[in-house]
Amino acid sequence: MNERMVDVAVIGAGAAGLAAATVTANAGCSTVVIDREKFPGGILRQCIHNGFGLRYFKEELTGPEYAGRAAGKCLDAGAELWLDHTVSNLKRTDDGLLVLDVLSAETGVTRLTAKAVMLAMGCRERNRGNLAIPGSRPAGVFTAGTAQKLLNSVGVLPGKSAVIVGSGDIGLIMARRLTWCGIKVKAVVEIMPHPSGLTRNIVQCLNDFDIPLYLGHAVVNICGKNRVSGVDIAPLADGIPQDEKTFHIDCDTLLFSVGLIPENELSVTAGVTLDLATGGAKVTSGYETDVPGIFAAGNVLHVHDLVDFVSEEAERAAKGVLQYLKKETTADNCRAAAGKNLKYVVPGSCRAGEKQLFSFRPLIVTDGGKLTAKCGDDVVFTQRIPFVRPAEMIAVEVDVPENAAGITFELHPGEVSK
Amino acid sequence: MKKELICIVCPRSCHLTAEHDGENWNISGNMCPRGKVYALQELTDPRRVVTAVIPCRNSLQEVIPVRTDQPFPKKEIASLLNRLYKMSAAAPVKTGEIIWENVDNSGINIIATESRDIRKDG
Repeated sequence: MNERMVDVAVIGAGAAGLAAATVTANAGCSTVVIDREKFPGGILRQCIHNGFGLRYFKEELTGPEYAGRAAGKCLDAGAELWLDHTVSNLKRTDDGLLVLDVLSAETGVTRLTAKAVMLAMGCRERNRGNLAIPGSRPAGVFTAGTAQKLLNSVGVLPGKSAVIVGSGDIGLIMARRLTWCGIKVKAVVEIMPHPSGLTRNIVQCLNDFDIPLYLGHAVVNICGKNRVSGVDIAPLADGIPQDEKTFHIDCDTLLFSVGLIPENELSVTAGVTLDLATGGAKVTSGYETDVPGIFAAGNVLHVHDLVDFVSEEAERAAKGVLQYLKKETTADNCRAAAGKNLKYVVPGSCRAGEKQLFSFRPLIVTDGGKLTAKCGDDVVFTQRIPFVRPAEMIAVEVDVPENAAGITFELHPGEVSK
Repeated sequence: MKKELICIVCPRSCHLTAEHDGENWNISGNMCPRGKVYALQELTDPRRVVTAVIPCRNSLQEVIPVRTDQPFPKKEIASLLNRLYKMSAAAPVKTGEIIWENVDNSGINIIATESRDIRKDG
């Protein structure tokens, strides 16, 4: 078995891992980034469409271009990339070091000891099993991301005609991608009364190709023996499928774009406590989990809608790592909580008297919303949020008052609620 | 003539109304100047950035992602894709390298969006 010591081990070479490693390596820390894929970039590599990087790189890029630039910055900073390597175990020793078991076909087993670890494993898709849709078990059922990987990384068409379940952005992007590959997209089916993706993606991915969007509808049966032959779709009334209004669409492919789950099995193995609202670790203002020396950033912490925000968050988290390594971390003394109309707030604590960036996921659709923060009964912060959509994360910087022991955020709908 | 549009420039997704007075389009409903620019372009010459993958020879990876280096006329996209899918690239390729120069004299190029090294196992 090989043994190695480093200052920082980063798990995952996607947008979060690359950005975090760039910061720690630039600060002179020996940094290793481990990824199970053969190339760095994570999910960006299969997102060949444009629309990335306007904020972080000040230029509109495709996923592979964004990944290439992020990996270049990371290597220039002097970080090592261990590709085609998998971390199978992570634990903290009694003397405060972190030990990772790293496996690869090429080098076998390596016991990597690090002073700090950055969790950057990203997220995975919810699938058919998570939805419990009745019907047979034919081939031709994919998550949108699996179909995307087949098309964009392997160069294989997943089928000839498709129905997409869920109107998340990945599903919408795939509707256009399939159409441009000659696959007929017959419908996008969404259980909610409003689309879960961005309106501009509805316009440029569905309306551009006259693809029907069935809002408030559910797939109630998947038909076919060896291969999908079609789906039964029913409108919902108060969440209940209206059997008598069920209709059938023939297709040989069914894609699911129904949400993402932070991938935290390794974090749990290490003893990290998760937040039920985000599915990611509970972290401090320095992005440290409740296991000292283990940090988290990006989609493994909470699911983001823009990769630019992932990179920025990972940079902030890496600064938390640097403080920890210099033993300059000061414990948080103020709890942060998500109140009315907010699903969660990250981080869950902060320091009184300091500036802190908070990220939120709204639960409502409204124009001219107002975000407030209260300490006890005092409103200490107010910001207008012009366009509130559950598909769009909210991030604000707040001066946390001196002597605050707790800060609670609320989102108030504007005049034009939808 | 009157047309309804939804702006795709930013997540606000403004609902725009365009009215033709016989000479010019008058745009309303936009919250910022970019909405007007988008609407006029969309009404007179709609364009989109086109992305795709094509086969890549001499590489460990079967395909290489490519895109138009500027938005491409929407009505020509199907014809562009039909011809693009018949093309292939050969490693080594660098990100940004031109795969198809000056498509149909449009001044628009197809460029690679990821690098490809030559496969070493021969």
